Amino acid sequence: MKDLKQSFFISVWFMLLTFPIMVIRVNTIEKVVQWRWTNMAAMGIGTFILSYLWRYMLARKEAGAQENGDVLPWHQKLFSERKYFIPFVAAVLTFAALFPLFVSEYRVNIMITAMIYVVLGLGLNIVVGLAGLLDLGYVAFYAVGAYTYALLNYHFHVGFWLALPLGALVGAVFGILLGIPVLRLRGDYLAIVTLGFGEIIRLILENWGAFSFGPSGIANISRPTFFGMMITRSQGILFMYYLMIALGIFTIFVVNRLQDSRLGRSWLALREDEIACQAMGIDRMKTKLAAFALGATWAGMMGVIFAAKTSFINPASFTFLESAIILSIVVLGGMGSILGVTLGAFILILLPEELRAFSQYRMLIFGASMVLMMVFRPQGIISNVRRSYEYHES
Amino acid sequence: MRRIFSIAVIVMVVMAFMITGCAKKEVAVEPIKVGVAGPHSGDLASYGIPTVRAAELVVEEINAQGGVLGRPVELLVEDDVCKPEVATNTATKLVSDGAVVVVGHVCSGATKAALGIYNDAGIIVMSPSATNPGLTQSGDYPNFFRTIASDDLQAQLGVDFTVNTLGAKKVAVIHDKGDYGKGYAEFARKYLAEMDGVEVTLFEGVTPGAVDYSAIVQKIRKSGAEAVVFGGYHPEASKIVTQMKKKKMDLYFISDDGVKDVTFIKVAGDFAEGVYASGPMDVSDLPMYQKAVEAHKAKYDGEEPGAFFKEGYAATIALLNAIEKAGSTEYSAIEKVLRSEYVDTTVGSISFDEKGDAIGVGFSMYRVVNGEYVEQK
Amino acid sequence: MEYFFELFLGGLTRGSIYALIALGYTMVYGIIELINFAHGEIYMIGAFTALIAASLLTMAGFKGLAVLALAMVIAVIYAGAYGYTVEKIAYQPLRQASRLSPLISAIGMSIFLQNYVLLAQTSDFLPFPSLIPQFGFMKSVEHIFSSSELVIVSVTTVSMILLTCLIKFTRMGKAMRATAQDRKMAMLAGININRVISTTFVIGSSLAAVGGVLIASHIGQINFYIGFTAGIKAFTAAVLGGIGSIPGAVLGALVLGWTESFATGYISSDYEDVFAFLLLVLILIFRPEGLLGKSSTHKV
Repeated sequence: MKDLKQSFFISVWFMLLTFPIMVIRVNTIEKVVQWRWTNMAAMGIGTFILSYLWRYMLARKEAGAQENGDVLPWHQKLFSERKYFIPFVAAVLTFAALFPLFVSEYRVNIMITAMIYVVLGLGLNIVVGLAGLLDLGYVAFYAVGAYTYALLNYHFHVGFWLALPLGALVGAVFGILLGIPVLRLRGDYLAIVTLGFGEIIRLILENWGAFSFGPSGIANISRPTFFGMMITRSQGILFMYYLMIALGIFTIFVVNRLQDSRLGRSWLALREDEIACQAMGIDRMKTKLAAFALGATWAGMMGVIFAAKTSFINPASFTFLESAIILSIVVLGGMGSILGVTLGAFILILLPEELRAFSQYRMLIFGASMVLMMVFRPQGIISNVRRSYEYHES
Repeated sequence: MRRIFSIAVIVMVVMAFMITGCAKKEVAVEPIKVGVAGPHSGDLASYGIPTVRAAELVVEEINAQGGVLGRPVELLVEDDVCKPEVATNTATKLVSDGAVVVVGHVCSGATKAALGIYNDAGIIVMSPSATNPGLTQSGDYPNFFRTIASDDLQAQLGVDFTVNTLGAKKVAVIHDKGDYGKGYAEFARKYLAEMDGVEVTLFEGVTPGAVDYSAIVQKIRKSGAEAVVFGGYHPEASKIVTQMKKKKMDLYFISDDGVKDVTFIKVAGDFAEGVYASGPMDVSDLPMYQKAVEAHKAKYDGEEPGAFFKEGYAATIALLNAIEKAGSTEYSAIEKVLRSEYVDTTVGSISFDEKGDAIGVGFSMYRVVNGEYVEQK
Repeated sequence: MEYFFELFLGGLTRGSIYALIALGYTMVYGIIELINFAHGEIYMIGAFTALIAASLLTMAGFKGLAVLALAMVIAVIYAGAYGYTVEKIAYQPLRQASRLSPLISAIGMSIFLQNYVLLAQTSDFLPFPSLIPQFGFMKSVEHIFSSSELVIVSVTTVSMILLTCLIKFTRMGKAMRATAQDRKMAMLAGININRVISTTFVIGSSLAAVGGVLIASHIGQINFYIGFTAGIKAFTAAVLGGIGSIPGAVLGALVLGWTESFATGYISSDYEDVFAFLLLVLILIFRPEGLLGKSSTHKV
């Protein structure tokens, strides 16, 4: 009974709240007013049902928080025990290798985009997930990598393979350049300054036309060559697909090793408690710079791939929204978790393409899902379980 | 509980893969597939949707009359939200789905990104609105055509009018830092510099969406300009014009077809009086154009067609006509017809030159008189 | 000299516009240490609601100042309600979580609200009637400093004064200060945290709505995206001045406004935004807590 009353009031509240925007449509250009009463009814019924769902999900979340952690989550088991891990990896690799044979070029193209975002997510994961540094301007490194290749290609006809490491290097340099001024900043201030940097890079690219060709962008960027031979566009897509699979595996491998390294552990310490970290003798500055630099390296590399894939870049591709999407991939997937970030990238990139029919509501659903994921599952899809070691008397 | 959730996620992902895996490549069957690509959602949808409607109206009529070469025409409508990277995905999809010709894209940047894909696939692309000169003049895109004139012609017209007709000797050139606006402004600057006795007193960009433009307006005044040439769209233009008039600056204001829009007049209100803007030549007395507008109003509740409707309509007609005349959907056959023959469309009787620009379309200068744009002859 | 003066006034107007929005950001941050990305959208919704209200009122026959007053009141009520609702849905459940979760939630909410208005209304730029009357006494200087600019600057000043009084002298203000300082202690002292936080959101949102109506009247058009562009700037201003500090928000906003205005006037309008962000970066490098922020010492 109480639930019914609460839902009723919530329903009425939303109907009144959204009344001006959803029911009345004023077009001061045409000087017409449109009344859409059905919207109000839909809002009322919708919120009534949703409030029940909301309460149920919240209750479940509260209950779930008391679950014990003795039983290892399935994914930990999958990765830690050899007998599960090897067949799993083999299955995934086989599927990935044979994938292009079954599907259209269009889907291969989408998969390349998804893989790019996987690597971007893993790169940002180093900065945000491992080191705990909130970077809202990650897209700047992506842009820097892309423009490095585009400009070198335009002026000096530098090929893709040479540009790839160069892009990574330039990314790393910019990562350090960004990291130095923000060393002293904490938490939200760091976030804002990185956001500022992201915007500064984009604005410079947009306005310094002599250098970057401004808003018109750079077109006709060369595709990657196959052992020095030029290839057709279709072959190029296939080639890029396998390249991205390889790079993805490489990235996962490197990030995994980094996580377990001394540097990785310093990052975790930094994330947990900066001051204790310093007290333990870890050089905060070097650790932070390393995080920025390494994170940016992946973005720079992916920038080169992006430029080669779309063969046309302009500053409008590198807005704050991109940074927000990459950040969402990391947070929604589960910070610090490689599998989580990978899954997050696939879901966030593949799903909108599949749901092209609903493209009008795409951004709306995107925003809503960000909120919902945070409210109901803030640890992400795959929560990162801390590795703990137990000592048993033998 | 958590376990079930995680398993559900894995199952969903695997299913997504399987679904993608099961979708086989489609083989082009009976219908002639025409792609329509542009922004159909998001903030630029109002530039893309009129072209979709135009294409739909044309195809409905043609199919009712038996189709093209005896085959029905099928529209493949795909959204690119005016973003280059989405445009490449859209283009790949249209190629995969078997489009023979494409009407689109709408934004110059998206078109640039997608053209390479269509070029490789041997597909002819005709845009109703991509006015970037490089698309045809660079020669890089032999498969590209358009039913609208390019920006450099607009800029030339604007400059000629400002100097020769209005007699201004000192001109400030402003743009909105966007691809289209800055492109127009740069051409304007170039042409102004080539004219004797004319000084470009200022060349700057304003940030779209800023809260206040008084600083740039004052800078214009300080520079001693007699006229302002603005490259960009109507929101910024109306804000700048409003500020200028409020500060009692009596300068000529000349702009491009992004401003030659009824919305500009409605938003700027009285301050819009006397503003000049270039736009496609007036075709309102063309019978085919009138028929198309009537058809649109009949289908969509009396609504007036939006931006690039007639250009999109013309593009669809031109392409289907070329297929019919060529007798096949083969690239070189269609291309030959497009470049050699004239076709009656909603923008006039047009053909196309070797670069892809339309012959028979052009720009005119318009002025806001009593709340309406009037063509200046 | 006149040029300098004009740019100064232009910067003052700009700064006041940013200040009205920045105050909301800074209040919320001071209380729950959250960057409320959705605040800009509340400003935008306030403007849209005012437009709808004003159109209906004008059609019903109201005129002049009555339309402004009523539309403003309606916009303020609705914005406050939206602010309250957003807080309850997206932020309250996340109060115990890490810093990152509410931030993501805020970004998601911002995107959601933008698209909500886009879909429910239109993507067009809608003309907004000039509701602020032209004052007779301003006639001679109207072309240098208009009536609407005067109103904006005055409202900002008054808001700042009122807000500071609220925080300093009222019970609710004291409760807000306590909650900002130490939430758990405040709870133990018997303060109803939820109510304090909700009030903060409502006040901040109302201010944003006031700003929305005034600015829309001044500029003459609104669009679903104005919240984002104004929001980033206002938010930069709040951080610049020291986030959490009310006079800081206003000072930061003014500094930002003047920087942009003078940069455009004397250097170039092209890099206007770059200067704004560079200013932010520089100030934070040398004074990490912002101009008027209190440098906090962290106890370990």
